Amino acid sequence: MSALINIVKQNLGLGSIAVNGGVHPPEHKQESTTQAIGQLPLPKRLVLPLRQHVGNLPKVLVAVGDQVLKGQLLAEAEGNISAAIHAPTSGTIAAIGDALIPHPSGLPDRCITITADGKDEWIAHSPSDWRKEDKTRLLERLRHSGIVGLGGAAFPTQVKLLTNAKSQVDTLVINAAECEPYITCDDMLMRERADQILKGVEIAQHLLGANQCLIGIEDNKPEAAEAMRLACTNSPLAQSVTLKVVVVPTQYPSGDARQLIRLLTGIEVPADKRSIDVGLQCFNVATVLALHRYFDFGEPALSRIVTMTGNVKIPANFEVLFGTLVTDLVKAGGGALEETDDYIMGGPMMGFSLPSADVPITKAANCIIASAPNLFAPAPPAMPCIRCARCADVCPVSLQPQELYWFAKSSNLEKARDYNLFDCIECGCCTYACPSNIPLVQYYRFAKSEIIAQDRAKEAADLARERNDFRLMRIEREKQERAEKHAQKAAGAKAEVANAEAAKTDAAPVNETPDDSAMAAKKAAIAAAIERAKAQKASAIAPQNVADAKPAVQAEIAEIDARREAAKQAVSEQTLSEQAVDNIASTRDEK
Amino acid sequence: MLTAIYVMLGLALVLGILLGYSALKFKVEGDPLVARIDAILPQTQCGQCGFPGCKPYATAIAAGEADINQCPPGGDAGARALADLMGVEYKPLNAEHGIPKPKSVALIDENTCIGCTLCIQACPVDAILGAAKHMHTIIAIECTGCELCLAPCPVDCITMEPIAESPDNWKWRYPVFEIKPAATNTLIGIRH
Repeated sequence: MSALINIVKQNLGLGSIAVNGGVHPPEHKQESTTQAIGQLPLPKRLVLPLRQHVGNLPKVLVAVGDQVLKGQLLAEAEGNISAAIHAPTSGTIAAIGDALIPHPSGLPDRCITITADGKDEWIAHSPSDWRKEDKTRLLERLRHSGIVGLGGAAFPTQVKLLTNAKSQVDTLVINAAECEPYITCDDMLMRERADQILKGVEIAQHLLGANQCLIGIEDNKPEAAEAMRLACTNSPLAQSVTLKVVVVPTQYPSGDARQLIRLLTGIEVPADKRSIDVGLQCFNVATVLALHRYFDFGEPALSRIVTMTGNVKIPANFEVLFGTLVTDLVKAGGGALEETDDYIMGGPMMGFSLPSADVPITKAANCIIASAPNLFAPAPPAMPCIRCARCADVCPVSLQPQELYWFAKSSNLEKARDYNLFDCIECGCCTYACPSNIPLVQYYRFAKSEIIAQDRAKEAADLARERNDFRLMRIEREKQERAEKHAQKAAGAKAEVANAEAAKTDAAPVNETPDDSAMAAKKAAIAAAIERAKAQKASAIAPQNVADAKPAVQAEIAEIDARREAAKQAVSEQTLSEQAVDNIASTRDEK
Repeated sequence: MLTAIYVMLGLALVLGILLGYSALKFKVEGDPLVARIDAILPQTQCGQCGFPGCKPYATAIAAGEADINQCPPGGDAGARALADLMGVEYKPLNAEHGIPKPKSVALIDENTCIGCTLCIQACPVDAILGAAKHMHTIIAIECTGCELCLAPCPVDCITMEPIAESPDNWKWRYPVFEIKPAATNTLIGIRH
């Protein structure tokens, strides 16, 4: 049905500009945009979780007690999808082990803890001439940059910049929509550092070879849009490619990469494909700025802009080193006001509650909201679904949230998968729109993680089955090989016996019966075996490791042997004399 | 009348040949039911069901020689899936064959291990690495937690460690709503 509506919409020329579904919650962006981007005092302790990005955990290269310099590589990317981690300041590695990380589970994970020495001393680094360097080499170097998508997804950037013959990128989309309420880090970044962002866009364009660059900004950020327009006209890139700032209407979640691509180009990226497959690639503004810092200054990813807002004295944006604790950031925001009961990482729609304020800022942390009951009232109790389908109206990816809800609630996971549960971007629009206050997204998250766990278990079972099958096959094969060997041996022995027999019959008198000859052969074989065993025993008794012993040792051995011989003789003499005594006694008795 | 009979006979002949041919051409090797049952079983190869592995148990179920509730690692969900597949009534797990335990992996205390290789021979999935008189170790990702290595160990150096929850394998919980006591004054109101 919805597909039909989409077709009708497309034929009428609608739908390509309008946001598909979506909601418009109160923005709360003004509070944190009154101040310029602030700097935090250098923290004393930095905690760097290894799990800061999508993909494999990086491999730790340092040990506890090591002195490190600012920008030094602490952990290198492992496997295709992974990102490196660098020291955000100079200091000593205080610990490598489990510590609380910002994760919805609230569980500890592997972290590197640095005690800062306060000198903030840089490791040797230099800018590179990226225009002249080979692209594959640039991408290889980008692997050591630690740059990941700073919009919140934290996907390693070098993977997104890889292009091959199949994936030709025509349009580069720069995501500056920042659609989630409260978050203003990209807004402030564009207002203050638009020129630097454009330099980053140049690098991304150079690496992808795109013909057009579109910068998408929501219309609630006029200052940022103006700054970016100005930077675009000044940029040398404007002469070679189409470079445009596109203002889009404010509607959550227009900042989702696929939604923004659709808004800017009218192209809907198919669910089973990536945007690069249809000639598009999308980067966040902060990510391209990080590219500029890496290639034009040689600085790896060490910090990001974080919005500190909500129930704090002075809501503002700060440039925060990765690993800085949330408590330090809250202090910079003038401290939390009374009634603050929780801290949220990310926005109010997609963010999650932090397990404690002692967790570090990671690469994915774009915003910290001090939460209080007057800001976010506890959700009223959930009521039964009334089948109003408001969730379906607001769903930006055209799913059937009410159906997914039924399936997830009854743990009918296969059915949920059939209804494209994995296309859900967990934006929270359905939960926001639900008049019955049903926490729909929680159900989807539950169902998703349950399906993922089941898939993993199935994979493990398949592996176990394969290994078990192989083991059984191996045992069978070994058994067969053994049987063959035995058969061969038996055949060999038979042949020997037959030979011996033949020899005997040749030599023996003719009147001997075949039975006798077989007996004789057996006896001969037994005699031979006894002989062999004797020989073996003798050789076993003879020590085999004295040949190349030192003369002193050999002398000692000889002495011991002599003593042993003497003792033996003494014993035999004694028994002899005893026997003699006995004999004498017995003869006396006889007498 | 006669034409009709000939037509029917002709049709029967043609269809019969077609069916006979396809029965030979598209013959399914092996018993697909055994494979489907085997796909449900957790492949721990632990033998708690009384059969020497998952495949023999699957074969026994398919032949009607074993019940569907003899697999503790598969848990209640496994018994339900088997009941669904076999079209029989669901039965709770038979406690005679053991009780479900949290998923674990074996861990060898490497200080105590004497390198006797007995556990290596017992492991149904070749997840133990080692050689005679050398320390053995478990390849944790390949261990199914079947506990078959515990019994043969002469020095009892193998323990089963339940897999701890980490951010890697953590799952979102089913949404549960806490039931809070109502405010006191409303309670009083009710009493009135």
